[in-house]
Amino acid sequence: MSKWGSLLLAMMLAVAPIAACSSSSDTAGTEEGEGASGHLSTVLGRGSLVCGVNGQLPGFSFVNETGEYSGLDVDVCKAIAAAMFDDPEAVEYRNLSAQERFTAVQSGEIDVLIRNTTWTISRDTSVGMEFAPTTFYDGQGMMVPVASGVEDLEGLAGKSICVQSGTTTELNLTDQMRKIGAEFTPIVFDDEDAVYAAYAQGRCQGVTSDRSQLTARRETLAAPDEHVVLDVVMSKEPLGPAVANGDTQWSDAVKWITYALIQAEEFGITSENIAEFENSEDPSIRTFLGLEGSLGSDMGLPNDFTARAIRAVGNYGEIYERNIGEPFGLERGPNELWTNGGLLYAPPFR
Amino acid sequence: MTTTNPEPSVIAAPPITQISPGAWVKKNLFSDWFNTILTIVCLGAIAWLGYGLLTWIFTQAQWQVVPANLRLFFVGRYPAPLMWRPWTALGIIAVSAGLTWGILARSTWLFNRTGLIFLGVLAVLFVALSVPVSLNTSLLLLAILGLSVAAAFAGQQIGQRFPTLVSWLALGWLGIFFIVFGLIRGGLFLREVRLDDLSGLLLTLLTAIVSIVLSFPIGILLALGRQSNLPVVRWMSIGFIEIIRGLPLITILFMSSLLVPLILPPNVRIDRVVRAIAGLTLFSAAYLAENVRGGLQSIPRGQSEAAKALGLSAPLVTVLIILPQALKAVIPTIVGQFISLFKDTSLLAIIGFAELLGISQSILSNPNFLGRYQEVYAFDTVIYFCCCYAMALASRRLEKQLRTENR
Repeated sequence: MSKWGSLLLAMMLAVAPIAACSSSSDTAGTEEGEGASGHLSTVLGRGSLVCGVNGQLPGFSFVNETGEYSGLDVDVCKAIAAAMFDDPEAVEYRNLSAQERFTAVQSGEIDVLIRNTTWTISRDTSVGMEFAPTTFYDGQGMMVPVASGVEDLEGLAGKSICVQSGTTTELNLTDQMRKIGAEFTPIVFDDEDAVYAAYAQGRCQGVTSDRSQLTARRETLAAPDEHVVLDVVMSKEPLGPAVANGDTQWSDAVKWITYALIQAEEFGITSENIAEFENSEDPSIRTFLGLEGSLGSDMGLPNDFTARAIRAVGNYGEIYERNIGEPFGLERGPNELWTNGGLLYAPPFR
Repeated sequence: MTTTNPEPSVIAAPPITQISPGAWVKKNLFSDWFNTILTIVCLGAIAWLGYGLLTWIFTQAQWQVVPANLRLFFVGRYPAPLMWRPWTALGIIAVSAGLTWGILARSTWLFNRTGLIFLGVLAVLFVALSVPVSLNTSLLLLAILGLSVAAAFAGQQIGQRFPTLVSWLALGWLGIFFIVFGLIRGGLFLREVRLDDLSGLLLTLLTAIVSIVLSFPIGILLALGRQSNLPVVRWMSIGFIEIIRGLPLITILFMSSLLVPLILPPNVRIDRVVRAIAGLTLFSAAYLAENVRGGLQSIPRGQSEAAKALGLSAPLVTVLIILPQALKAVIPTIVGQFISLFKDTSLLAIIGFAELLGISQSILSNPNFLGRYQEVYAFDTVIYFCCCYAMALASRRLEKQLRTENR
């Protein structure tokens, strides 16, 4: 009988953690709940950036063996944190699912969303996002075995194509194939790994996804050289950071920190040679690095915010090489500077 | 009315049949042509599956993804300088488990053959870990195992001296839960680790255990409420149970992660781990309530009438007479519910949590380990199986304990 007495007491005590948890989270809420009027000052006051990432996307954001977040999206988070606090590690990462990402921005749970989010008109307007410049121009591609001799989408007529279900990828594929009037059999999987496993087993003659993912996955196939990513682009996927609409100061800060990474590459400033550039006589570089003028402090950031970001993560080219170019061997293509025939173009810093 | 048991003059012992392995095989596997065919077909299928599995494990699988990310699997992104805290927590749990084992088994042999085999396997496993992981990890685990065994012997001595200690075990474990939780989470004089930063198996265990501990009392209250004579209480309980049971768990989790922040005023922010735990708890409590109600209905009316006749008040009748018997009757279903709750925590990966499945998916997107999903998911399977089987074992032990004591 006393056994059950003790159990009952245990049950009553079990209610205690509810109270404990709710009280501790209340204090966390008041810190961040300043409202939209001055999100930049809220973040600066907090001393850390809350960055919404995917967390499960090769090359963009994932947890490496040492438990650190890494990837292209993560480096942009680090650049923003470094520009504001001079500390690239002052970031709290939130893994977000595709469904909850916009809610998380609107409810203020995260400061900035850098989760391979495609910039579209509806997201920019009705969903209430404000997009910073594109950090990665992706597009839907198609991978086929070299032996099949297929060179374009028409060549896949009458064949089966592996695709992940429930994504825009599936819709784009259907649209594109209908446009050229080619019949095909879609083989649909819910899980990305299953898609590539089926392709590797030869259950389909082609597999479609974003070109960055196809290139990454190609390396994991048994014989990468026997597969080729076709030179077709079925959709435009400009991926970039996004913040909530309605706070220009904050969105400007994110926007220009991102531009700074691109501009730095145009100037040729890297994380290694930045010290030399700080002795430069070129007025545009001195202004850019915050040695002259007040570009940074005018927008509420430290005046040398560009230099801080570059010192921490390097310029855009370095970020790209580290996360996409080197591991996957993906050509820069549209992600090249405008001076080299790409799409990256930063407005002047003056 | 008197009945007399006629004493049999000779009590015949059951015949002792000692059969040779060959005879056993013939009797059980090849008794007639149908069984023979069945045996051959089954053996063939098992051999084929086993061969395929073993070939994959030993020749095709590339296991380096597992040792390279072992820390991530277990504690996720727990800050590396604070790693002593999960280790200490593991030590506390192991020692407490040893003590509990000793106290429960105070009057019998501490380690029977199965127990010894289990310990041996663990020890060999820990020693083997030194090759792919590190010698320190291996030594640490062995030390914890040793402490646990020592605690079991100590527990046996303590248990023999204070037999009433058994009744306080539940309370003791609740205390240990709070100590371990405080240790992992920090606070007071320790550096605080945000709940949001917990990931890996640590997060799985945290959400599962907290949900289990919380849903148990809530479920019992709901079950009692459903049987209450007060219409408001009864209808509210029925409404809650039926609504929650009518919703899929993933829907409840989506609501807790997406809708709750939109509904709450902007300056109130509930940690998302707490929201997820709340969702899991409510879901589990509704099912538990129905399990417990089954137990309550299995108790004959005579029990409560007899208790009332003895002068016990209504709450005492419920707490002292009805509930103990009802709960004992439904232990297997309750444990089944808890095991399924534990596995349901993997749904948290869908709403962006990095629990065991989520962190596995994150590991899989590391360019170095891209496409190693078979190995990673196989490892997850082993972890899930170990945890669930441990719960099943503990419940069987609990059933045995209660049966021997109360009869």
